[in-house]
Parts: sequence; structure tokens; C-alpha cells
Amino acid sequence: MAPVVKVEGLRVTARDGRGQQNVIVNDVSFEVNSGEIIALIGESGSGKTTIALSLMGYARSGTRIAGGKVTFDRREILSLTQRELSSLRGRDIAYVPQSAAASFNPAKPLLKQVIESSQIHRVMAPAEARAKAVSLFRELGLPNPELLGTRFPHQVSGGQLQRLLAAMALVTDPKLIIFDEPTTALDVTTQIEVLRVFKKAIKERGRTAVYVSHDLAVVAQMADRIIVLRDGAIQEVNATQYILTAPKSDYTRTLLAAAEPQARAVTRQASGTAAASVIEVKNIVAGYGARDREGFPAVPILRDVSLAIRPGTTLGVIGESGSGKSTLARVIAGLLPAARGEVQLNGVALPKSAAARTRDQLRRIQIVFQMADTALNPARPIGRILGRPLEFYHGLRGARRARRVAELLEMVRLPATMAERYPGELSGGQKQRINLARALAAEPSLILCDEVTSALDTVVGAAILDLLVELQRELGIAYLFISHDLSTVKAICDEVMILYAGQIMEHGTRGALCQRPLHPYSELLISSVPELRQGWLEGISETVLKEASGGIVRRAGAACSFFERCSLRIPGRCDVEPTPLRRFSKGADIRCQRTETELIELAAQRDANEISGRPEISEPRDFGPGRGAQLIAW
Amino acid sequence: MIAAQKAPASARRRLRLPLAGIIGAGIVAFWVLMAIIGPYIAPHDVGALIDNDLFGRMRWGLPLGSDYLGRDVLSRILVGTRYSIGVAAAATFLAILMGGTLGMLAAVSRSAVDMVLSRFFDMLISIPSKMSALVVIAALGSSIPVLIATVAVIYTPGAFRIWRALSVNVNALDFVEVARARGEGTAYLIREEILPNILGPVLTDFGLRFVFAILLLSSLSFLGLGIQPPNADWGSLVRENINGLADGALAVVMPSFAIATLTIGINLVIDNLPGRWSSTGER
Amino acid sequence: MAMLTLGFVSMAVFAGTEILPGDVAEAVLGQNATPEAVAGLRHALHLDYPAHIRYFLWLIGIFSGDAGRSLANNLPVTELIASRLPNSLMLASVTAVVSVPIALTLGISSAIWRGSFFDRAASFLTMSVVAMPEFLIATLAVIIFAVNLRWFPALSYAAGMVSINQFFNQFALPVFTLSCVLIALMMRMTRAAVIDTLRSPYIEMAVLKGARPIRLVLTHALPNAIGPIANAVALSLSYLLGGTVVVEIVFGYPGLARLLVDAVSNRDMPVVQACVMIVCSAYLFLVILADIAGVLSNPRLRYR
Ligand SMILES: Nc1ncnc2c1ncn2[C@@H]1O[C@H](COP(=O)(O)OP(=O)(O)OP(=O)(O)O)[C@@H](O)[C@H]1O
Ligand code: SF4
Ligand SMILES: [Mg+2]
Repeated sequence: MAPVVKVEGLRVTARDGRGQQNVIVNDVSFEVNSGEIIALIGESGSGKTTIALSLMGYARSGTRIAGGKVTFDRREILSLTQRELSSLRGRDIAYVPQSAAASFNPAKPLLKQVIESSQIHRVMAPAEARAKAVSLFRELGLPNPELLGTRFPHQVSGGQLQRLLAAMALVTDPKLIIFDEPTTALDVTTQIEVLRVFKKAIKERGRTAVYVSHDLAVVAQMADRIIVLRDGAIQEVNATQYILTAPKSDYTRTLLAAAEPQARAVTRQASGTAAASVIEVKNIVAGYGARDREGFPAVPILRDVSLAIRPGTTLGVIGESGSGKSTLARVIAGLLPAARGEVQLNGVALPKSAAARTRDQLRRIQIVFQMADTALNPARPIGRILGRPLEFYHGLRGARRARRVAELLEMVRLPATMAERYPGELSGGQKQRINLARALAAEPSLILCDEVTSALDTVVGAAILDLLVELQRELGIAYLFISHDLSTVKAICDEVMILYAGQIMEHGTRGALCQRPLHPYSELLISSVPELRQGWLEGISETVLKEASGGIVRRAGAACSFFERCSLRIPGRCDVEPTPLRRFSKGADIRCQRTETELIELAAQRDANEISGRPEISEPRDFGPGRGAQLIAW
Repeated sequence: MIAAQKAPASARRRLRLPLAGIIGAGIVAFWVLMAIIGPYIAPHDVGALIDNDLFGRMRWGLPLGSDYLGRDVLSRILVGTRYSIGVAAAATFLAILMGGTLGMLAAVSRSAVDMVLSRFFDMLISIPSKMSALVVIAALGSSIPVLIATVAVIYTPGAFRIWRALSVNVNALDFVEVARARGEGTAYLIREEILPNILGPVLTDFGLRFVFAILLLSSLSFLGLGIQPPNADWGSLVRENINGLADGALAVVMPSFAIATLTIGINLVIDNLPGRWSSTGER
Repeated sequence: MAMLTLGFVSMAVFAGTEILPGDVAEAVLGQNATPEAVAGLRHALHLDYPAHIRYFLWLIGIFSGDAGRSLANNLPVTELIASRLPNSLMLASVTAVVSVPIALTLGISSAIWRGSFFDRAASFLTMSVVAMPEFLIATLAVIIFAVNLRWFPALSYAAGMVSINQFFNQFALPVFTLSCVLIALMMRMTRAAVIDTLRSPYIEMAVLKGARPIRLVLTHALPNAIGPIANAVALSLSYLLGGTVVVEIVFGYPGLARLLVDAVSNRDMPVVQACVMIVCSAYLFLVILADIAGVLSNPRLRYR
């Protein structure tokens, strides 16, 4: 049988800022067979999306399909007219984009948009299309399928929108569906369910699909075959199992290695030593919006958060999007004055707002942001960006300043000539190094790292992590390391704090987080991270699935915010009484109504149920209370 | 990520204009040059009655003919350039100085300052510009300082709005937050972090506002409320010679032509600037 | 909010007219008035009260429909305005009816076929119109239509509606001039607003669903551009009330703006105050309408 899609010698060029043509996809050829899910994997800029879009004969503005042949369903796509292409798009080939929130028209109700392509192409009557959409909603596990369509995009959560996009793609029964990083913008817990319904929908229908992603673990769940891309060229094409177990190209091996980071942090002095903390945060309450008479914000985000970091160590903070991680960093930096509580630097209470702090206090706490691009003033050369804190905090000028700038650049492993360049000329990884150098320029005791590697590719991000660890060893700086990614946190942190809806759920050493009992939310978070093996997605337990599908619900008062989703909840107690924060014998603080013994027992029961209830999982989960200590393979 | 891509690029790169833009730039440059050297190259004295014919045709020595009193039109236009462009430029500059500074200040300050300033200018903007100009000029009489001040005040709220909107966008970027966490003061934030990154659009805004100022000033002169005799800008020249309109006298056509070429020239430049320079202006 | 703004504007207007140099009573009565006469008039005009009291007296007067008497001819201001306002409203509404549909159609079509010859020609034309002073357009209109073609009289005067023909003749040129400016302004803003929304990712999504350009603009971009477009229309229409000075003078049209200019040159403050208040209220009213349109078109604001 002829392949559904055949790409031969595809070449795409793009005009850059100076008007020069660059080749962004070079001589790419592959085939997609009927009923197959094929994945395009590569880092940002490797041309994944560009290739996927050119399957529909579409080139983003500024790019141009310069050569090659794309055959879809025996038609030569690249030689079709605009009109013919339009009649193909949405009917025979459907596209599921990355950002669901931006891809829905905010002014139109959802159902109208979901069935739009069926109406444009007149493949069915409106009533029929609506009925089909509703049945798709049901199939995709969307709540309230009958009424959902009358809502507007802003009234629906991100994970649901993403599933609505899938419904939109499926409504015309296209021959080929293209998924472009459909879960990248989602939290891990949300991602699980979306992946599952996507896979089910494609497989049950026997659809052909192209799945674009940068995440190997995700692709391992979805694809039959994987195409590895780098700089617009194909590195390796093979069936998923071979890519994972027997990669041929070096680049694939690097990707695999970067996807499973090793622990980098040197374990320093045993925990519990009495070294004074650099920073101590006590019972912070903070939020946004108007403040009432007692200074309490209208939208409280952080509720009673406390932490301490010893010199030269790293505290990791993880949590879902919106859990208040960045808010915590902003409170410590004085950018958002807290409503309650206090921040102490070396035992001295700091004024709440940065404006009131002394220059030396400001110097000791530096902040590095996630978006390397927006964190550097594009109108100033690197030398000046790095020079300013030197001048501001240390009064360095002239040649001494220039010398120090060169030293800083060397510290972050960049050439001294970089000082004359502008941020726009640097790559993402280089920019993030400059950000780090700027923080180092102040010679701080603490650096707040807010998602410093999230916007970077795995390989580049891994290099930044290495750099952070080395700098810590050399200079003894403490880090508050914020991330939503468990594997990054486990790679470099001594202690980990899990935040949920602005409350600390669990806080302990890295080791303690590998041991049962875990807080129910920690358990969910850990089991939601995709593993780099096929079949992980199918093996997820029902409990995890159920918990994962809920979203953050902010509750007022001191009751447990995880109540709605928790499978171990005690109604009448968890949602009413203030939740105690208890120290467990493994050396972690856990905020839960359940006691240590209860949690151990319940986890044991759960595992037992799962194994008996799901015989298809051949190997038992490799952790259980019976095995004791090292449970989850960090 | 979107915000990241929209972050203004450094303004150092060379500007490349399409042909229409180059033509526009040429016209503007010509008139600016005339504003500077016009009075020195004018062939006749502006006040001298040199032609016995009223609304004389063009001829040797009087390349653009004569006006309603028999004065040399070319000389009067050349000298008028200085008033038309000079007053408008001074007024625009002042408007931008006030509106722009306050706009950036509002963007980087706390919400309370921002709100007070924004509300204040929202209110000012609701008074139509020609009306306020008329009232003030009626009250204080028309002189060049009064004209400059009035037009400046009229365009301040608009400048404030645009500068504030542009600055708010930049202010939301992380590098400003970094500077703030470093403990930098408001003046530094405005000067080093905000201003360099809004320079492109802001220059565009200057151009647009300058056009509005020229239009307003020439309308005032046309109504007899602008530059007062014996001085004359282009608007007053049109007014003086309006009687020659029916015969299509050069004395009324040429000043109109001057106004139109200058404003169209500026618009051509602005419309053809690369995207990152653009700003949206309102009249 | 709008009331607050109006209050502020009234204060500004009052203060503005208050700081004018010269004593009104003396100005009215002339140089050789007896001191008693001046004092009497000052009392009659409440000029012997402190400023803030006079402000409130004036404000109460305005709201109860009594804006005082004109200083120039001693007629009630309300009457003066009543004789002019219908003319102005008539001119404004005729112009609005003519220009809004044309401008929106042109703006939207340019956005659909952006980059085409039609779009570039329309852009250049409207740009030139926006860049020209109104008096130039008005005089051009006079030269072409009244002087060369002799279609219409150069002056218009609304002295009672006689026949359709006459009605048309009176309005044609002022409406033409105002429409030119207005269409150009609104068309540019409409085009910009639509094109701005065309850059959103959901438009790309619609392209990938197979939507063609007309559908993209009409069903995807337009609903999201209604807010900005309504604002543009409000802004342009408010210009019809305050910005018609030049046109009214060139065509000798007896509207509100002429009344204002005359009042300004006579230092007839009660008339000036009342006129400015009317125009500002109209502007605020339009802005509120535009805001309401914006909210209604945006589900985010409609449902929380
Ligand atoms: N300036 C603001 N005004 C109002 N609400 C805000 C503001 N900034 C953040 N929030 C809200 O505060 C909550 C916590 O935000 P925060 O940025 O701290 O989360 P986060 O854990 O860092 O999330 P992410 O992983 O997405 O970065 C979110 O619900 C967010 O919408
Ligand atoms: S307190 Fe209750 S609801 Fe909250 S995590 Fe513990 S068991 Fe679950
Ligand atoms: Mg964050």
C-alpha cells in the first residue's frame, strides 16, 4: 500500500532579521504509512513545526518552501493552488497546535469553532456535526459534553482546551492528523490524561498521525516510529523501541542521556548540622490584587510558607503552574511585599519591599528568570549589562570594571569578546549564562533561580545545571531553585519543597522524597512524570488518573487545598480542620491529616489493589512499603 | 514566548526604507533645510511690493508669481517655512517632553501614581483640540509663545497615552524587574531600561504628532488665529490669498502644496518604516 | 466615571474662562461706564461672589437648562444654542450616515486584500487626506464642485428646509469635506485594528482548518476587532462635533462651532462655557457607547 504521506528532499528557507535567506529545513525525506503514528523529535529550532506545517502546504510568514516534494494521498501538495490547499486543510489533514489557549478565537463559543471545519468543507449538516462533536467530547473525557460547546475559551481549563482541539481535528475524520507539541504547555498531571485520550482516539480509529515533540519520554508513549531531527536535517529514523534501546546516531544518544539527568549535587555535610541559614522565610502570606484594611491581598497566593536555606546548598521548589513558585521568589527578592510573615537574611529581618532594603542586603540576594530573552535589555551591550551591578554594588569603574566583566564571562564559560555583543545576537543558552553572570557580579549569598532551564532545550539546559553546580562548589552560593520539572530538581537540589496552591505539602531532603510515606500530592506528582519506556502511559493506575484530572482549586482558610483531588481524603475533616504540618521519621515535613502509619498502610493497599486489578502490567511497580528505603529510582 | 519574540531589537541596525519611504524622507529633508536657510536664500524682501499685478503669473524673477498685494510668493513661502515647521516642531517637542516623561513615569511607578496620571490625561483628552486651542488663544491673544504652549498642551495627553502604553509593555519584561530587584531608582529605570527600548515607535509617534501640530497650526492661521501679520506661515498665506482661489492663483496653491507635501512626506516615511518602529497614533 | 470626567471638564472650562484677563463687566459696558453701572452689572452676573460659589451657581444653572445670558447680545444662551444645535446635529448625522458605512467597508476590504493594488491605492489616498488640513479639502471641494462644475452653491445656510433639492445643495459640500476626512481616519483605524487581530495564532489555526481569506476576516478577525473599531468610530464622530470649525467657516454654515468661534472672539463666556460643555458631553457619551460595544463583543468581559 502506498504511504499516506511521502516527503522527498524537502527544503525550507527563512529570512532573518537582516533579510538573508537561511535554510531551516534541509533535504528531509520520510514516509508515513497508513495507521501509523510517527514522531518528529528534536530541540527547538530543529525545524519540527516547519516540517509538520509544510505537510499541509503551509509556510509561516517569513519562511518559504524552497524545494522538494510532498505527496499526500497521491496528490502533490506543493503544487496545489491556495484554493485547493484550503479544501484539503481541515478536511483531509487536521492540525492540533501547541498552545490551545491562543488557538481558540476568544470571541466565539467553543462548539462553533470545533465544527467549523466541517462547515467550511460542507462535509455534514450542522446538526449532524454538533451531534458528532458532542459524542467526541464524551469520548475525550470532557466534562458536561452537552453544554460545554456553549462556553467560551476563557471559561475552560488548558487541558480541556487541548482536548477540544483534538475534537476539532477529529470532527471531519481526516486521513492525517498533525499534533504539534500538544502537551508541552501543560502540567505533568494534566498531560497524562490528554496523552491518554489522544492515543486512544487515534488508535481506535486507526488514524495516521504525525506527532511533533521535544520530549522523548512523551514520544515514547505515543509513537510507532521516531524521526530524530537536528538543525533541519534528519539524524535517525527508527521504530520507537530501537531508538530508545539501541540508538544509532550520537545525537540520539545525547538526547537520551539528557532526558535522564544524573544527580549532580555533591551531598554536603549531613543534614541537620547547625550551620546558620543564609535565608529564612517565616510564615509568609502574599498575593495580588487590592489589599484590605489589614493589608491582606484580594487574591492570596502563598499561604503560610516557611523555609530556610543553609550556605552553599540548594533548595528546590516544585509545583504545578500557578502554585505560587514565582510569587515566592518575588517575595524574597522584595518585588512583591508580603502581607504577613518575614524574610530574614543571615538572621536579620529584611524590609518587605526592595525599595526599603539597603544596597548590601539587595546585593546578597539575586534573581535569575526563566525567559532568558526578556531578562536582558536588548538595547544594551553585554559589557554594560554586566558592568552595571559591578558599578552599582561595588563601585567598580573603567578598566577595573572591564577586567571584572571579562572574569565573569569566563566564569560562565563565555569568551571575553562577548562583552561587545548585544543580547539579540546570542543563543538562548548563552543568554541564560549572561543572566547568571549578572547575578554573580553582585557576589551574592543567594541566587533565586526561577525556572532557569525551562525555556531551554534539554541538552543546553543540562549544561546550565552543570554550571550552577560548579559555581556553587567554587563560590559557596546558596540557590533557591524553582522548577516544575521533577528531574531537574532531583538533579541538583539538596532539599526539595513541594508547593500546591500556595501551601507547602512536603518539605524534606532529596533522599526523603524517594522514600515512602509520601504526601498524597507528592505521590501524584512523582507518578505523573513520563518515563522513558514504552507502555508507561498504559500502566498508570486509576487513582493517579483520577487525581491527575482535577485542576488546582484554591480554598480559603487553613484546610487542605488538595482535598478535591485527593484519593485518601477524609471528608468532614480534611476540608474543615486546619491541616497539621508534621515531621515524619524519614526526615520530611508533611502537611496532611493522615498520620505516618496511615499513609504507609494506605499506600500498601493501593499498590496491592492495582496489581490485582490490572493484570496486564507484568512487572510490579518497583516500589512498595515492603521494600523499604530507596523506592523511586531518582 | 510571544513577548520574548516581540522584544524590541537593538536600534543600531541600519534602516532600510522602500522607495516610497526614501521619497518621503527626501521631501522632509528638503523642507527642514528650507526652514533653516529659507530666509537667506529668499530672492526678495517678504514685505516688499514688487509687482504691480495682483496675483501675478509666474515669470522670470517671480518664479511663483505675486500675491494679493503684489509681493513675491516664493520668498513668502520660504520665510513662512520657518514659522510652520519651527512652531510645530517646538510644540511637538514640548508635548513629547511632558507627555513622554510622565508616561514613562506612570508606567514604572506604583499603580496609584499611574492611575492618577492616566485618569487626569483621559479627562484632558476629552476636550476637542481645536476647541481648547480657540478658547486659550481667544483668552491670551495669539503670539508665537502662546501658540507653542497651547499646541504643546493639546498634544500632551496623546503623547502620554502612547508613551505610557509602550513603556508598560517594556516594563513588564524581566530585565526591568531585575533592575528593580537590584535596587535601581525610577530615573535609572526610565533612562536605561525603558527609553532605549521604545525609541523606534516613539520617534514614529513624534512624526505623527508633528503632522497633527502642523495641521492644527495651519488651520488656526487659516482662521486668522495663528501666526499674526506681518509674519506669516503657510496657513496664513492661504488665508491672505483665498480670493485668488477661483482663478487658481499660485499664491494660494503653492502654500497649500507646501503643507500637503510636508505632511504627506512625513507620513510616507512613517508608513514605510519597519514594523518594530510602528506605533499607533490618534489625531 | 464619565460623570466624574464631566465634572472635571466643567471645572477646567470654568477655570479656563475664569483666568481670562480683564473684567467682564467693564468689557461689556465699555470704557466710559459709571462705576455704579459696573457694580450693578457685576452683582447681576454674580461676579461679586467668590469663584467657587460662582462655579456652583453656574453648574446648577447648566443642569437646570439655564446657562445664563449671552454677554454680547443679552439673549439667553440656551436660546442661542437651540438655534444652532439642530444645524450641527443635522450636519453631523448626515455625515456620519454617509461616512461610517463607507469607511468600515473600505477598511475591512483593505484588510482582506491587504497588500493588493486596491489596498495600497486606498492607503495612499486616505493617508494623503489625513495629511491635508481640512481647509485645503474644503477649498478644493469649492473649486471643483462649486466654481468649476457649478453643481452646488459655495455657501450653505440652513434657513428652513424648502425642498429635497435645496436640502441636498446645502449639505453637499460640507458633508463631502467632512466625510473625506472622517472616512480616511476611520478606514485607517479599522484596517489597522483588523490587521492587528489577523496576527493572532487563532487566525493561523483557522487557515489550517481550511478557511479562506474572506471568512478569516469576517468571522474570525472582525468579532475580535469590534472593540477597537468602535473606539475608532467614536473618536472620529466626536471630531464631527468639535472639529467642524473650519468647515463651518469655509462654507458659512451656521453651526455650533461657528457660534463658539464668534463667542470666543467676543469674550462671550457663558456661551463658550455652554458650547464646550455640550461638545465634551457628546464626546463622553460616544466613548461610553464604544466601551459598551467593546464589552458586548468580548465574551471575556461579558461572562466572568
Ligand atoms: N501580577 C499578578 N496579578 C495577579 N495575579 C497574579 C500575578 N502574577 C501571578 N498571579 C497569579 O498568582 C498565581 C501564582 O503565580 P506564580 O507565578 O507564582 O505561579 P508559578 O508557580 O510560578 O507558575 P508557573 O509554573 O506557571 O511559572 C497564579 O494563579 C497567577 O495567575
Ligand atoms: S489532608 Fe486529607 S485531603 Fe489533604 S492530602 Fe492529606 S488526606 Fe488528602
Ligand atoms: Mg513561574
